[in-house]
Amino acid sequence: MDARFWLIQAFNGISYGALLFLVGSGLSLIFGVMRIVNLAHGSYFLLGGYMALSVIWVTGSWLLAIPVAALTVAIIGLLMERLFLRPLGFDPLRQVLLTVGFAFLFQQAALDIWTGNPFDIEPPAALTQSVVVGGLHLPLYRIFMIAVAVFIGLTLWLVMEKTRLGATIRATVDDAQMARGVGIDTSRIAMLIFALGAFLAALGGVIGGAFVGVYPGLDFEMLPIAFAVVIIGGMGSLGGAAIGALLVGLADNFGKALFPEISYFTLYAPMALILAVKPTGLFGRE
Amino acid sequence: MAPLRMKVLIVIAILAAAALIVPHTNPFVILLATRALAFSILVMSLDILLGFTGLASLGQAAYLGVGAYLTAILAARYQIGLGYDFWLVAALGMLGAAVLAALFGLLAIRASGVYFLMITLALGQCVWGLAYRWNSLTGGDNGINLQHRPKFGIDLADQVTFFYVVFGFFAASLLIMYTLVRSPFGRSLAGIRERELRMKILGYNTWLHKYIAFIIAGAFGGLAGVLWVHTAGIVSPENVVLTTSVDALLMAVLGGPGTLIGGVIGASVVLFIREYLSTLVHWWQYVLGGVYVLVILYLPGGLMSIPGRIRQWRAARSEAADTPNLAPARQ
Amino acid sequence: MTSKLIRRAGLLLTGVCLAFAAAAPAVAQEELRIGFIAPMTGPIAQVGADATNGFKMYLDRVKSNFGGAPVKLIVEDSQAKPDTAVTKAKKLILDDHVQLLVGGVLAPEGYALAPVSTAEKVVYISAIPAADDLTQRQLANYPYFIRTGWTSSQPHHPLGQWACDQGYKKIVAIAADYAFGYEVVGGFQKAFEDCGGRIIQKIWPPLFTKDFGPFIPTIKSDADAVFSLMVGPMALQFPKQLRQSGYTKPIVGGGTSYDEAALPFMGDEAIGDVSALQYSAALQTPQNEAFVKEYRSKYGKVPSYFSETNYTTALMIDDVVKETNGKFPGPEAFIAKMSALKVDAPRGPVSFDDMRNPIQNIYIKKVEKTKLFGYDKDELWGVVIKTYPNVSQFWTYGKDAFLKQPVYSRDFPPCKYCE
Repeated sequence: MDARFWLIQAFNGISYGALLFLVGSGLSLIFGVMRIVNLAHGSYFLLGGYMALSVIWVTGSWLLAIPVAALTVAIIGLLMERLFLRPLGFDPLRQVLLTVGFAFLFQQAALDIWTGNPFDIEPPAALTQSVVVGGLHLPLYRIFMIAVAVFIGLTLWLVMEKTRLGATIRATVDDAQMARGVGIDTSRIAMLIFALGAFLAALGGVIGGAFVGVYPGLDFEMLPIAFAVVIIGGMGSLGGAAIGALLVGLADNFGKALFPEISYFTLYAPMALILAVKPTGLFGRE
Repeated sequence: MAPLRMKVLIVIAILAAAALIVPHTNPFVILLATRALAFSILVMSLDILLGFTGLASLGQAAYLGVGAYLTAILAARYQIGLGYDFWLVAALGMLGAAVLAALFGLLAIRASGVYFLMITLALGQCVWGLAYRWNSLTGGDNGINLQHRPKFGIDLADQVTFFYVVFGFFAASLLIMYTLVRSPFGRSLAGIRERELRMKILGYNTWLHKYIAFIIAGAFGGLAGVLWVHTAGIVSPENVVLTTSVDALLMAVLGGPGTLIGGVIGASVVLFIREYLSTLVHWWQYVLGGVYVLVILYLPGGLMSIPGRIRQWRAARSEAADTPNLAPARQ
Repeated sequence: MTSKLIRRAGLLLTGVCLAFAAAAPAVAQEELRIGFIAPMTGPIAQVGADATNGFKMYLDRVKSNFGGAPVKLIVEDSQAKPDTAVTKAKKLILDDHVQLLVGGVLAPEGYALAPVSTAEKVVYISAIPAADDLTQRQLANYPYFIRTGWTSSQPHHPLGQWACDQGYKKIVAIAADYAFGYEVVGGFQKAFEDCGGRIIQKIWPPLFTKDFGPFIPTIKSDADAVFSLMVGPMALQFPKQLRQSGYTKPIVGGGTSYDEAALPFMGDEAIGDVSALQYSAALQTPQNEAFVKEYRSKYGKVPSYFSETNYTTALMIDDVVKETNGKFPGPEAFIAKMSALKVDAPRGPVSFDDMRNPIQNIYIKKVEKTKLFGYDKDELWGVVIKTYPNVSQFWTYGKDAFLKQPVYSRDFPPCKYCE
């Protein structure tokens, strides 16, 4: 185990973390604004992948598939929020369970529409190569994932910190009641954030589709990992999600590489321990 | 308290009727009813946490797993629990699950709301990982098979006998849990659910109350596992995985949280859709998802609230017809 | 009110009697009822569909008539859960009174269904579940059990021999961390090491792993090749990620790493990889060509071994029932007659050993991009490069010697050459 081993493992962990950031950030934002855990988040991830496949099959364009899939799923999320979650008012438990109901419906619908065959999204050939840096083979696709996550992260951060919309969102996360008091339309904010969360998850699904594949069951595999990200990062904070994603990516990677015997616990045991010590996550507030 | 006594009588009557009718249906229905009863003990145990203490757990399958694996390992490996010692194993299953709950409770009870949901999920998945990975003990993903059900004077291999035994366990569990939630202890749990801070100020050790409730729920989860493993004769990591916990939670909400008996309704509806309806139509998953969505949207009190709803609706209608100018109906 | 009820009940009863009377003469020849258990929902629903399609294709071919007996096929959804498979099996046996039970996909389903067949005295045919011990050390528990598929280690004994013959000296095994993976690796390791090769490392990624990032850098660089055992979606990701990491040595795979359930969805990076199984859709025989073409035109995809093994199972049942002129001979006789069969299946000649597991050809196949059977597109096929004829589950070891060793597991055979 020389320096190269550690470097390549760190690189792998970071690139996996980049994918997790896309999934986790949306979940975290939704929680921050609406106080609900969206158990259909994994379904959005999977639907994003499937939508992208359909676009690719029809048009042959991978570049087109990314926005189309993410936007379509964002609209699904928006409709779900407007038509089903909103009418429940503020009732997190029922809203959470409602999202499970939808996760089951999406699961079966995906099976009926796209069959249960395991698919893989094929990115442009340029991205399937590797670059050799100092004797390390770095797959370009992993670098691409990191770039996308950084781009999305920066964009979100700028919007949150520098725009009026961002300020209203932050106000809603901090204290929804107060925000309503000063005239912020928190219901609209919730709708936007839910759609954004779905968008990010679906984006993760398209980007991740070339990395983990697209197949039935992926939805419920991604879900607990996304949980771990927001638990560790603390819910409702973008920076937390970024750190959480990075930590989970690295911990999972090094845990599996160094202690393969306990690879089933590298995700859940730290999650349980962190929550036991700090019940609102590493960076969470309540 | 007359309406309450009435309700209890109605529940007893319906259960008694079910106990009499089910054995005269076909063998598959008897098996499914048995499975529903066994699983509903788990759902009721979860309801102690969810409905009566306000703690939504996503790791209840862990306790089912402890009971089931303990039973299966003892039976398959040591031939224990296949005769009169079945009762001993049932007690051990409860004890083992209670011990695990006592351990997990130490870690989980401090969290509340969605964080409690998450930590129980994480702990539950650790148990799953153990069941999956500890091959020498659990048989890994192949699980453990039981060649036959216990036999002690009566032979549980007989569907109807087994149904009545599970029914007995179910009724006893219901009775004990019902007594518990109606006891002063149960009332303080409800107080914690409504307003934990006030209970703290009043001098209640709310942590300890929740901890004890958590352990009791775990113990009944273990009992459910002991019975569950004998319904199909197999235990595998599938029984401990996250989706089983999600199932239990959804069943509790479907039936009606805070009603106990709603658990058996939720478990029956879900199991019959999943295992009976699926023999008739291939689109049963849409029915299941649809039922979840509709009940959560329109019946906050679960299926158990339907009679109340109907009564309200009738009362409102007759009031509207008879005395149009009285005060609005009570909400 | 009461009289009305009684009248209604009377009418109903009459109706029921009439229905029975009407039905009775139609059943001139007693129908053969087959219960088929497969996952139709959930993550492996596609495998369930492939399996069912294979069985149904044979039924369609003979117009659901086995030796004069009309066949009634009742398909039940196991949802890929062992305990649901058991309840569905009980439903098929107790309610539908099936004479034969076929199905299951995962090994745990096989282990769950076999005891049911014993308890209910119903024949259970395992077309897919491959757990070694069902037809080895545990067979005595299951007198009504017979397997038409394979044992996990069966194709991988010859593959170990083949790898040794290629001159590979050191191999790293990387395999899904569950019983099926252990048995596949065990078979490969046993034959490979008996021939002088060395397994120098075993890596066990959890089942469902898709990011092999943590595992790939740990692969020892002094190996001559990698042996991989992947299942389902894992199969798509592993070769791709391994190649992207700059690995250029050969990959030898267990059957499911490159079978037709995954192969058509893989990328070109899989070209050149070698695996072994009792079936390849690329098998160049007239019978298989006809099978592939009919299946593909009917169901829109290349048949996988899941389809072939179920098609062949239906064919075998037909052969037995033909012998008895369309009468079900009872479970004991059925098992006896079936295990004496010799059939020509799309996969080649199949007979049974005395532990009711098929003796069949094992094909070493190499992934190639080519046009086959007159299809006009270049596609990935598992082209057969060597055939080991009539391989039994005991390979060359002999039944008694083989059964003396424990079932292959994570720790058996021990990794003598790992550090």
